[in-house]
Amino acid sequence: MSDFQGASAAQAPTAASRTSGLYSLVAVVGAPNCGKSTLFNRLTGLRQKVANYPGVTVEKRLGRVRVEGGREITLVDLPGIYSLTARSEDERVAKGVLLGEMAGLARPDAILLVVDSTNLNRNLSLAAPILALGIPTLLVLNMSDDLRGRGGLVDGERLSEQLGVPVVQASAAKGEGLEAIRGFLSGGPAARQRLELPVLQDIGSRRRWAARATGQSGYQAPAAAAWTRRLDSVLLHPLAGPLIFLLVMVAVFQSIFTLAQPLMDGTETLIAASGLWIGALLPDSWFRDLLLQGVWAGVGSVLVFLPQILFLFVLIGLMEDSGYLARAAVIADRTMARVGLEGKAFIPLLSAYACAIPAIMSTRTIESRRERLATILIAPFMTCSARLPVYALVIAAFLPEKPLLGPLLGTRAAAMIGLYLLGFLAAVATARLLKSTLLKRKSPLPFTLELPPYRWPTLQSIGLRLADRSLIFLKRAGTVILLVTVVLWFLASVPRTDGEPPEISQSLAGRIGHAVEPVIEPLGFNWKIGIGLITSLAAREVIVGTLGTIYGIEGAEEGGDEGSPGLRQALTQDLTPGGAVALLIFFAFALQCMSTVAVVRRETGGWRLAVLQFGYMLTLAYTGAWLGKTLAEIWI
Amino acid sequence: MPARTLSDLRRGEEGVLNRLEVADEVAQRLMELGFLPGVRVSAGRSAPGGDPMIFRVDGSEVALRRATARGLILSDSGPAGVEEGHV
Repeated sequence: MSDFQGASAAQAPTAASRTSGLYSLVAVVGAPNCGKSTLFNRLTGLRQKVANYPGVTVEKRLGRVRVEGGREITLVDLPGIYSLTARSEDERVAKGVLLGEMAGLARPDAILLVVDSTNLNRNLSLAAPILALGIPTLLVLNMSDDLRGRGGLVDGERLSEQLGVPVVQASAAKGEGLEAIRGFLSGGPAARQRLELPVLQDIGSRRRWAARATGQSGYQAPAAAAWTRRLDSVLLHPLAGPLIFLLVMVAVFQSIFTLAQPLMDGTETLIAASGLWIGALLPDSWFRDLLLQGVWAGVGSVLVFLPQILFLFVLIGLMEDSGYLARAAVIADRTMARVGLEGKAFIPLLSAYACAIPAIMSTRTIESRRERLATILIAPFMTCSARLPVYALVIAAFLPEKPLLGPLLGTRAAAMIGLYLLGFLAAVATARLLKSTLLKRKSPLPFTLELPPYRWPTLQSIGLRLADRSLIFLKRAGTVILLVTVVLWFLASVPRTDGEPPEISQSLAGRIGHAVEPVIEPLGFNWKIGIGLITSLAAREVIVGTLGTIYGIEGAEEGGDEGSPGLRQALTQDLTPGGAVALLIFFAFALQCMSTVAVVRRETGGWRLAVLQFGYMLTLAYTGAWLGKTLAEIWI
Repeated sequence: MPARTLSDLRRGEEGVLNRLEVADEVAQRLMELGFLPGVRVSAGRSAPGGDPMIFRVDGSEVALRRATARGLILSDSGPAGVEEGHV
């Protein structure tokens, strides 16, 4: 339970606040693609907290909004739903929250019902079961700028009379109508006289009810989104479509190297300069050694990769927000179907290129449980951003940069693409294996995907993603990675003899490394890499920090100088090219990420699949690394 | 002659959905996406390779695999007599 949750529970509305219209918990409800989350982000900004509902895979997003009088209320963003029939997990959670049946969350005392006003007839079908709950509701006609822009029309006042709830025309993307929404959240306007709503069980009658209500409100559906048609005629073209799809993927990967590079160089300079500055300030002591060799060398070598990781998140975010990701899912569906997955699995799998954890969480959009499990089990094979620092380091150390396709593709980017492919192929092979063993039975729910119109991604949404991801990464660098590097520094500095730190190979860390050396020796790894493999069990990128720390200490031993030898250069002395290949393959396959293991355990409801997945990936990593090294040695 | 289904629609062609011959659970989901009996459906682009197909239905575009579309049976008569937006 987060503090935030506790806080919202503590603010559980009293009977008095309910009648006086002072809300404390307000639910944001709407269909998928209605712009609900954009509105949620607009209202709450960075004051968000994301967790999971207990026992299910559905993300619980809470955010705080300051309303009139300086009061703070909590907003809960419910998953996108089409109805309240409670068939899918999303619907069960939404229904549970709205009925006040979710542990740790009070029953919302008001609802923001967000509908896409460019498709009001269908979106309003959801209003029937929501309004029937009897909770004060504000109907937010979102994307009303889009509606007007395409020649559509709706009379909000008349719709409000029809439904008996206040209505506001808004555009979350442009920030229109936010004042009225804040006004509602502040406790006004008072709900109208509640109308008797018919109990509508089946979808057809709900849809007819919605059509009647919009018909009475002078609703004119907008003209088809001309731009969407035009773009789709290119992006879904039988030939151009897949070609653009491939180009987009290559561009994403190439740009995280070329465009992110200056930023990474800048970060590196900054870290090195600040290290020297601090080194000059502090007197010579063990504390100074810890700070420079442990913290700066360890955490610093991981922080360098922040720009690259953020770049990837921004690019995936742009594709998602613009609507291209849905097209990509449609293009990918046929290929995915061959390995027994569906197009929707493409989106979590693509996000897994950034990080397996949000990817595994996002598999909830897949309705069939079997498809979902399969996607969860293969997602960690996708090359997550935590592998990037490792790949980037090893590739840069062993592979000189040469142009392959003019300025478009260099050797390093090509090697990187190769590693991405390797992970992808392992995922595909594993999916096939799963489909013929563990997850044999066919799923009942077929692939369906609504294609949203193309939209301009908003700066705010992208900015929020960036801030969100930076915080997560920095938090990790500041906690897990810091802890591991500090512990490692101590292990590498004891036992002291005559008050002097030991040579690293004689230290405790060195002894542990030597102890595992026989196991990893066939892969071409020595005891230093061994220490890295152990520490990277916490998180993959930790190996970079670990090597940074080891070489930092070693550098101090050898030269007595603060400036450690370049990590890359040091690595070439410890690994043969064959060993480098093995290390890359090992990292491509092994599940060295305790957070992922924890998430898989939670999402699959037990240890069984999580442990199975870890063991499977480790076996594959060891075998693959050995094969890679052997082949590389024959070939090179 | 076997009944025509959504999968028989050519690009740009329109038909009226008569019934859904799929499992109840699937029918529910499809109806929520707008595939209600009596509604007009037109075929849009298909993904490269012709599968999945993209349909325009009830104001939005939905991608379905051909295998799913085969379970959505069209009315024999043309779209005449069915008003836009009326379900």
